[in-house]
Amino acid sequence: MRKDQSLGEYLRAQGVSRRGFLKFCSATASIMALPPTAVAQVVEALASARRPSVIWLSFQECTGCTESLTRSHAPTLESLIFDAISLDYHHTLQAAAGYGAEAARLAAMEENAGKYLLVVDGSIPAGNNGYSTIAGISNLEMLKETAANAFAIIAVGTCAAFGGLPHADPNPTGAVSVSDIITDKPIINVSGCPPIPVVITGVLAHFLTFGTIPKLDELGRPAAFFGQNIHDRCYRRPFYERGQFAETFDDEGARKGWCLYKLGCKGPTTYNACATLKWNEGTSFPIQSGHGCIGCSEPNFWDKGGFYNPLSAGMWGSRDALLGAAAAGAALGVGSAIAARRRQKKAQGTEI
Amino acid sequence: MSTLDVIPVNTEILTGNVEPLLHEVRHALRRLANGGDGTVIDLQSLPLAPGEEGRIEELLGKGEVRAELDALGPSVVQETSYPGVWLVTHRNTEQAVVGRFIEVTHMPELLKSQQADIERGISRLEHQLEN
Repeated sequence: MRKDQSLGEYLRAQGVSRRGFLKFCSATASIMALPPTAVAQVVEALASARRPSVIWLSFQECTGCTESLTRSHAPTLESLIFDAISLDYHHTLQAAAGYGAEAARLAAMEENAGKYLLVVDGSIPAGNNGYSTIAGISNLEMLKETAANAFAIIAVGTCAAFGGLPHADPNPTGAVSVSDIITDKPIINVSGCPPIPVVITGVLAHFLTFGTIPKLDELGRPAAFFGQNIHDRCYRRPFYERGQFAETFDDEGARKGWCLYKLGCKGPTTYNACATLKWNEGTSFPIQSGHGCIGCSEPNFWDKGGFYNPLSAGMWGSRDALLGAAAAGAALGVGSAIAARRRQKKAQGTEI
Repeated sequence: MSTLDVIPVNTEILTGNVEPLLHEVRHALRRLANGGDGTVIDLQSLPLAPGEEGRIEELLGKGEVRAELDALGPSVVQETSYPGVWLVTHRNTEQAVVGRFIEVTHMPELLKSQQADIERGISRLEHQLEN
């Protein structure tokens, strides 16, 4: 796609009919969690959308976030959206290396000053700059330099958003998040370990469509995807309400698909869209596969006690208090549901 | 254990969202019948248990019209047994579902020939007749 082409012109040149474009926009509106009535607006905006420059920096990370995106379940949509951006630097995906790669980054920064999107995955070592470098440049220096003229920053994955695993106790590298360092730019935190690929694409599509950043929650995450917790959207919620819990991973309750709260599910305190968008071609998500949510989209999820300790054990100090905590668990569920609705209303600007 | 099929996992879980959804469809259909606007419901935005989407499909049944189109992957537009209620399923070129909607309307927009496509068709036809 040429830089001077709009997305609509590009698709027409590729032989995509208007009908195909409508379908593309319907699916795009769906992944942006927009109501179906917004499709007409999306059609109009995307038809004239211009190709923005994107610089993607990877710091202390495992490449899981990039893997998540490139293995996403909607390759047609993903590739179209990726055709619609100019990915000018991504050291895992680009062919260039060494000085050539860094020259491409600097050229993109200069040509698109003030307009490019900066995507970051991985945390930044603040303890010793030598822990992680690219082309001899420390992560800290590269982030500051590249962020200076960015329009906005998308922190992809829990490492970039909140420090993630490198930040886990004892945090040997002094890992910090993007927002710990950059304080004068809009930052969109797309957390998750890894994030749901269509959430990454949804944020890019939102920028392409509206040229703005989406509404964010108090942790800087797009409210459309992080406005409700896993528990509120979980299909096993009716079992929770009825007090039917799996006690072990192989008992009768587990086989009947009962609630995994007592097995450590962090759904009530985790905000993400796994329960509706799901993973692996929309097949399933951890709870549907029989394992509790580990809360990977929340700050410090690695240090919040064991993945298999129920939330109530954290509240009451020991797993032995579980029986007495069942009522507390129910109260927590109701409380989190109320909190979720308040967060959603706040994010939508309708809270009174 | 020779296959995954023998693992005794119950997939007949109900969220209780199927019946409210059908009521939503009923209200939308009444609005349409009274001259109001159509409604589109995005099924991917709803928490549904395994098997519940199939249950919705089963309850809505199949009507007289089924259209298939091939635009950035196949799509199926199926009128349900309730006239005015359509089930629209979009797939990508890898056959994965990328969108599933219940449309309550006289005719889903996607089935209509689009103005831009008509104009391009005219140009093509004129070009063909000239040569």
